[in-house]
Amino acid sequence: MAKLFSEKTKQVFLGPLSKNNPIAVQVLGICSALAVSANLKPALVMGISVTVIVAFSNVIISLLRNTIPNRIRIIVQLVVVAALVTVVSEFLKAYAYDVSVKLSVYIGLIITNCILMGRLEAFAMANKPWESFVDGLGNGFGYAVILIVVGFFRELFGAGSLLGFRIIPQSFYDAGYMNNGLMMMPPMALIILACIIWWHRSKNKELQE
Amino acid sequence: MDTNKNGYTLIYATVMVIVVAMMLAFVSGALKSTQDKNVRLDKKKQILSSLWINTDGQDADALYKKYIVKELVINSKAEVLSEKPGEAFDIDIKKELSKKLEDRRLPIYVANVDGKTKYIITLLGTGLWGPIWGYLALDADKNTIFGTYFSHASETPGLGANITEAPFQQQFVGKHILNDKYEFVSVAVLKAGQTTKTQEKVDAISGGTITSKGVEKMLLTCLGQYDQFFKQTTSGGTN
Repeated sequence: MAKLFSEKTKQVFLGPLSKNNPIAVQVLGICSALAVSANLKPALVMGISVTVIVAFSNVIISLLRNTIPNRIRIIVQLVVVAALVTVVSEFLKAYAYDVSVKLSVYIGLIITNCILMGRLEAFAMANKPWESFVDGLGNGFGYAVILIVVGFFRELFGAGSLLGFRIIPQSFYDAGYMNNGLMMMPPMALIILACIIWWHRSKNKELQE
Repeated sequence: MDTNKNGYTLIYATVMVIVVAMMLAFVSGALKSTQDKNVRLDKKKQILSSLWINTDGQDADALYKKYIVKELVINSKAEVLSEKPGEAFDIDIKKELSKKLEDRRLPIYVANVDGKTKYIITLLGTGLWGPIWGYLALDADKNTIFGTYFSHASETPGLGANITEAPFQQQFVGKHILNDKYEFVSVAVLKAGQTTKTQEKVDAISGGTITSKGVEKMLLTCLGQYDQFFKQTTSGGTN
């Protein structure tokens, strides 16, 4: 076990959670972060799905890395991701139909997530399967954390609830408080995201350009 | 081995495509029948859901048999074409919508909930990104909405996709689709604060305008086909 969690592997896992965060620092996967963060629940589901897929496609590409012809490597990566996502979605439809209905659009969105291509290209093509798996987990969690924070603020101020449960009491509304409709719009996700990046960079001076 | 040679690249690509295609074809073929069964079962769940019957963790087949007493196929003149069980269920509403109104075969599910008759009508329309569909249950007066079920293929999560949530669907309960003269007017889906004189209304979803409009249009087109059926009603709206 000691070898499994060497200092380097630990860095590979912890890096994406903060100093090398896929959204805040690498600026990957922004599109889906805007699309699914209006409520907390879809943000959670999307975070978990991406984590699983990025970890496993990282392993597959890492296993194949020495055989992949350089000129068509992007196509190979795309095929692996698309095949993996399709197989998972077919199995869900057959054995967990309710879950697949709930996930509906996310499954397709995963294929287009830039984090996948980014990690496959930047990490899995040059590293061993185990490190690649850990890197996938790390980046997936890093992505999920940002999504959850953005989703938290958008749902709380946009709908007055969290995970569908009412948080802001009725007495507030009676006193004239109103939900902020702008929070439900994609531009607000960008603004919250920008605030997170601002805070993040002020804490980590070395990230400032 | 030199992985940059043209021949190697070509063979690699070919083998990869064949392997992946075979794998996907195999998975799809092997799971097809299970998936179809799920789709049929899910349709029953959706129909029951428009009656506010919760099917979670229960045998939807048995519940369907218990509540749905008759499956009718009618035409646009409200003449009954068939009462054979299963025939209405297998109608592909998408195909019917592409036919001329006179030629359409329209399904109606007749349900019995606690001794009261309900009519369930199939809906299909277009949202922002793809199809939306649903079921709408009417009381025995063929006018008052008893319950709705909406679903979608790919509407934006958190915005348009909220048409599947209870708060949106509950708004429809008790609304009337006919006016005082028993004419079909449907229900409007409008921005909060807007009103209309001729129809009853529900609030649209903030940030989901096109999906909301899609629901409104779907109600108008799909319910509109049953115009003559509604004419048999005996009590008008409250407008």
